[in-house]
This record gives sequence, C-alpha cells and structure tokens, in this order.
Amino acid sequence: MVSSGGAKKLSGMQKQVLSLYRGFLRAARSKAPEERHRIESIVSAEFRRNSEAVDRKNFVYIEYLLRRGKKQLDQINSPDIVGLSSLKVASASGTKP
Amino acid sequence: MATGLFRRAVSRVSTPASKLIRSRAHASEAQAQQVEAKAKDQSKMKTFSIYRWNPDNPTKPQLQDYEIDLKDCGPMVLDALIKIKNEMDPTLTFRRSCREGICGSCAMNIDGCNGLACLTKISSGASTTITPLPHMFVIKDLVVDMTNFYNQYKSIEPWLKRKTPPPVPGKEIPQSKKDRAKLDGMYECILCACCSTSCPSYWWNPESYLGPAALLHAHRWISDSRDEYTKERLDAICDEFKLYRCHTILNCARACPKGLNPGKEITTIKHLQLSTGI
Repeated sequence: MVSSGGAKKLSGMQKQVLSLYRGFLRAARSKAPEERHRIESIVSAEFRRNSEAVDRKNFVYIEYLLRRGKKQLDQINSPDIVGLSSLKVASASGTKP
Repeated sequence: MATGLFRRAVSRVSTPASKLIRSRAHASEAQAQQVEAKAKDQSKMKTFSIYRWNPDNPTKPQLQDYEIDLKDCGPMVLDALIKIKNEMDPTLTFRRSCREGICGSCAMNIDGCNGLACLTKISSGASTTITPLPHMFVIKDLVVDMTNFYNQYKSIEPWLKRKTPPPVPGKEIPQSKKDRAKLDGMYECILCACCSTSCPSYWWNPESYLGPAALLHAHRWISDSRDEYTKERLDAICDEFKLYRCHTILNCARACPKGLNPGKEITTIKHLQLSTGI
C-alpha cells in the first residue's frame, strides 16, 4: 500500500496492512515448500492488486479488507489447512482460502 | 368473515377436500367476496428504508427506500424483507433461517430498536428504517461480523466441566427439579446479539467487556448444579473490564426478543462474587 522510498512515516493503517502481509508470509512458512511458494504468490498478487485498485482514502473499505484478511489469516494459521487456492471471478473479487 | 378467509386460504389448492370445503362455505360466499373486494381496493403502502453497503462496490453506505403493499405481505418485518428480496431487489442481503424466533439469525435494528425481524411486527407508521446491529462491523447490507461476539461466548467455556466422574459411570448426571428451575430465564438465550449490541458499555469496550449475552451464559454455567468449576468460573470473569463494565443500564432487558433479563443475571454474578470472595 505504500511506496517505501526511504524513511517515510507510515500511518497506523499502513502499519496494520504491512503486519497483516507479514503474518501471511509467516503463516506460509509453516506449510510445505511447494504450497508455501503458491501461498506467497497468491497473497502478494492480492495485496498488489488492492494497493492499486483501492483508493487510499477509502478507509471504510480498507478496514473491511483488513478484517477479512485477518479472518483468512486465522484460517490459514490452523495446522489443518495445507494449502491455498484462488478463484478468478469476473467481478474482480478476492482470493478465498 | 372467518369462513371467508378460510375459503380463500384453501381455494388455491384444487384437491377434492378443498372443493368440499368450498361448497360448504358457500353460504357466506357473498360476504366473503365483499371482504375480498375491500382488501383489493385499499392497498396500504409503506416505505422501508434499508441500510445498504456492498463490499464489491465500495461507496459510502446509504439507506435505500422500498415501497411495499402491506395488504400483500405477511405481518412481520422479516416477511417484508423476504418480499423485497424475492420481488424487488435480489441483491438485498440479510441473515434469516427459522422465521419463528428460535435461531437468532435475523437480529437487526428496526426503527432504532434491536430485535429479531421475524418476531417484530411491521409498525403502522408510514415508514420503517432497518439498519444492521449498531456498533458491529458490517460485512454486507444487514449482515454483521459476529466473530468477536462468538469468541467472547467461547471464552466463558460454555460446556459442563466436572472434577468427579458421574454417579453412575457412563450415564447422565441427575439434577433435581429445583436445581433445573434455576436455569430458567437463562437457557432460553439464542445468542442473537440483540442485547450486547444495545449496551452502550459494550459499544465502548467491545473487546474487553464480555457483554450481556456472554455473561448471561456464564451465569447459566455458574448456577448449574452439575458443574463443579463454579469457583473457577467466577474467578475467571472477576475482572474490572470483563464483568464490571456492566453499569446496569438494562438496555439488554429491553432489547431481548426472548424476554430474558441479562442485567439481572449479571447482578447475581456480582452478588455471588461478593459472597464467595470474603
């Protein structure tokens, strides 16, 4: 969500987004190597897509995405979940674990 | 009038039985037709302003108006919502299941009061405003995120905990009628979240204060004669925030669609803590 060019101060929401992203990467580390790679690519694609598609002043929506992301992260963190797959829907909806 | 209504109700079904009834109701046919004609003449329009927000098209949330003929609609708010979804706008999103007040899915804010849509009659006024439960995160339209609410319920460990095995191994644990009666007024709770989301104290501390619904269930297990962790349960919720954010505002008792009084149960927990703490 932020172009990290030097020592730029991050807003609270930007920090939350980054920590969510980090959480996903950490969760991916606990899965099998092949799945880990796939999770990382799906997650980073989703974050990159939203960083361009979502207006940075649209706080209501960003907060909604954060909450949804946190819920999905909780699901991925469970040891029963072995992988993640995404579905392409015409109306540009997100990935679902 | 009554026979007329009956005739109308069965006239759609063309089984031999209904034909029999139809011919029997013949005597009051003329009267029935009059009633029907009256009903057709005066359609009673009512406006429903419903909160809309769609995450796939993220603009600002807004109230959308729907006009409904009450003469052609069931008596409850849920009937109106289902009619809107079926006939006017299939994108309207809300939770519903049992339509008789036992599942607690259709909790929402109707004209400023929390309640179950299936148990709330459509008011006689010209318009009704329907919004999601207050101070909850909206997922879409009238659907709210209940994660925190359910986690709080989970945190009070709502199951029977024993230190000793049951009197007869492998069998249930008996309970006297008097002990069972203690659970009345608590076991009926369906976790619809109407009470918690009507509580100002819960609005300001939704994370740390357990809220009336979870505390009601906590007391349900504390007062269960079969449970042997009463002391531990009391200690677990004896907390400045978890329990003592209740300031007996009693909005919970007003909101509860099942007619329970969570505020009273919370006060009882406080008394129990005082009597066991010393």
